[in-house]
Amino acid sequence: MPIRTVLAVFTATTVLVITGLWVGNNVNLLPPGASSNASTYDELFKVLFSIGTVLFLGIVVLLIYSMIRFRRRSGDMSDGLAIEGNLPLEIVWTAIPAVVVLFVGLYSYDIYERMGGMATLNDHMAMDHGAMQQVSVKEGDTAGRVWGGIGVSGMEAAPGGPVLPVEVTAMQFAFIFHYPGSDITTGELHVPTGQQIELHMEARDVIHAFWVPQFRLKQDIIPGQPTVLSFTATRAGTYPIICAELCGPYHGGMRSNVVVQEPEAYDNWLQQNTPNSTNT
Amino acid sequence: MTLASPSDFEDNLQPQGWLRYFSFSLDHKVIGLQYLICGFIFYLVGGALAGIIRTELWSPMSDFVSRETYNETLTLHGTIMIFLWIVPVVNGAFGNYLIPFYVGARDMAFPRLNAVAFWLIPPAGILLISSYFIAGAAAQSGWTAYPPLSLTTPAAGQVVWILSVLLLGGSSIFGGINFIATILKLRRPGLKLMMLPLYCWAMLGTSVLVVLSTPVLAGTLILLSFDIIAHTGFFNPTMGGNVVVYQHLFWFYSHPAVYIMVLPAFGLVSEILPIHARKPLFGYTTMVYSIMAIVFLGLIVWAHHMFTSGTPPWMRLFFTIATSFIAVPTGIKFFNWLATLWGGKIALNSAMLFSCAFIVNFVFGGITGVALAQVPFDIHVHDTYFVVGHFHYIVYGGTVFVIFGSLYHWYPKFTGRLLNEDLGRLHFLLTFVGFNLCFAPQHWLGLNGMPRRVAEYDPAFTTLNQLSSVGALLMAISTLPLLINVVVTAINGKKAGDNPWNALTPEWLTSSPPPVENWHGEAPLVTEPYGYGQHLEAKA
Repeated sequence: MPIRTVLAVFTATTVLVITGLWVGNNVNLLPPGASSNASTYDELFKVLFSIGTVLFLGIVVLLIYSMIRFRRRSGDMSDGLAIEGNLPLEIVWTAIPAVVVLFVGLYSYDIYERMGGMATLNDHMAMDHGAMQQVSVKEGDTAGRVWGGIGVSGMEAAPGGPVLPVEVTAMQFAFIFHYPGSDITTGELHVPTGQQIELHMEARDVIHAFWVPQFRLKQDIIPGQPTVLSFTATRAGTYPIICAELCGPYHGGMRSNVVVQEPEAYDNWLQQNTPNSTNT
Repeated sequence: MTLASPSDFEDNLQPQGWLRYFSFSLDHKVIGLQYLICGFIFYLVGGALAGIIRTELWSPMSDFVSRETYNETLTLHGTIMIFLWIVPVVNGAFGNYLIPFYVGARDMAFPRLNAVAFWLIPPAGILLISSYFIAGAAAQSGWTAYPPLSLTTPAAGQVVWILSVLLLGGSSIFGGINFIATILKLRRPGLKLMMLPLYCWAMLGTSVLVVLSTPVLAGTLILLSFDIIAHTGFFNPTMGGNVVVYQHLFWFYSHPAVYIMVLPAFGLVSEILPIHARKPLFGYTTMVYSIMAIVFLGLIVWAHHMFTSGTPPWMRLFFTIATSFIAVPTGIKFFNWLATLWGGKIALNSAMLFSCAFIVNFVFGGITGVALAQVPFDIHVHDTYFVVGHFHYIVYGGTVFVIFGSLYHWYPKFTGRLLNEDLGRLHFLLTFVGFNLCFAPQHWLGLNGMPRRVAEYDPAFTTLNQLSSVGALLMAISTLPLLINVVVTAINGKKAGDNPWNALTPEWLTSSPPPVENWHGEAPLVTEPYGYGQHLEAKA
């Protein structure tokens, strides 16, 4: 291969990788994060976005370059070169996606584990007998519930710690939140920052889904399959709770808010609402 | 199996001329074009429904159609586009027209079954669309028909939907059996499997997927209809049923369905690129093996649609890895196509523009697909507009672009006339710009909090939704130059001659349009369907 070609390929690849890294790190497509796993998620997003940009731009540039450089000049009725294949080259471009995919898979596994997604696999495989998908994790309230994908590990790390349980009932077309500790029922979720929240979710009628984009968190709420979802909010503010599973005509209107407050403000809210009054 | 003699065909083709397209014709070419035209009509219907959706989403309020109608519209849009446009056209239309030529046969293995398979489609389609006009009656639970929603929405529409999809699935299975039998059993003497044009391999793989997975969908929908009609409890949680089992069964078909739509498109592109680049298809053998790998992997990735359904962690892990690895055989195909173009003499006609744009669109959709396969990534964007953007890049940017490219490429074969290139390029430009304008912004919408299948949304998303709707409008307009082109050139288009592209694949080695018996005399033995190119020097 002539040295000029090698240099050109090398330069093009370097420019491409730098562009990809720059785009992945500087183009922000996500809403601001507000939970402990959001920053982990955003890290994964940056990596995927960088790799995706490099691959996409690389292929598109190669394609457009070929279309221009190898276009048929008018009057030229001859053929191109009779190259039917090139085994080493084909091995190279089998290896490239294989390596990329392997890296992405391992990396996202690591991310998922840091989010607490693999906790039930690691700790509770033995308990998973019989009932399909019924991974019972903890005695008491959570027994027989299915774990949502994220946030288990934090809870495991702090047994008996200040976990705040909230019961969530999803129905056409509303979420209802009940605080068992203080007997508050409300249509708007209030949570303090820095405390592990454990949502005990049940659906009344059809499948709904609990989604807070700023938490990077989503879990289907499935009738007949009570589910637990835990998270820790990190930034005060009001964020939308969105139903993400088609649940009927008013599906688009099935929204609520989660109000994340500093612990003191949250305690105030709790005290104001705890007595028998159940204003929503 | 013996080849029928030409006189058999004359007996079977009673109505001649245009009337035969409305008859129970047994000619694979007539059936292919019946699929194509029928599918295109349904494409216009499905497109009109998309127009309703994009008009509703012009404003953040639900103010164009009623909420029930909106859900009916999105359900029918998805069902029509998949089961009545893409699957029948990319398999039925091009498969029926081309496969007998490629294997050197005079017709498909089972011509009568073939005609039955086609004639199931118009009644099923009409049945499905008619339910839309009975107030509050069409299915409203999306093309996925997840219970319990599908058990609680108006029963009549849901049952009609099930019946229609069962008929279309039956048609698909008949077609799949026919393709497998034709490719394996009707090859002319001397034609080995590894000499076949790649579209044959794509159709063989696709047909295996159809035959293996479509019956699972049929069984599932029959159980669902029992739940609706006879109040059984298979998927009814209040009677001990399990709704997640439905999702497993549904996606066991419906993920392979993506490959049923996409693999034939891969095959068609593999025919178009070498001819217009004047080069052999690069890496024929790896192309064949990567199709097989995609077929195998395609069967074991379904649960990546269910990462938020409370699936256990080991299952999420397995399906993440399996799904990600589909990128490997798919990547091989894309690099091989790029290598096919490299060093060629590329004619940038409409067929090639659509095919090259397919590469761009599909690579984009493939990259977002690998991202979606990662559980932690998916948990945020599942069931959002990110997914809507992703799969339209695959099925529209992938398959529909290839269907259009194929139309420009094979129209001279169908009619003996060339489509007008200026109108073709206008069609391409409008489609490409409109498509990207419509679906690219949807990725951002999904990432930032817009769920799919909603009639109302956060007003902060208005601008991008309007941009998307403008793109949809451009796509609607783009069908006009295509329609004008097809109609005008059919009447007085430029005569194409038998082989306008100077191609080597067997369908071009006969007259255009071909005679009823496909060849006057013996079918030619084509051992190197991609034998283009100058042998300037000894091969390395």
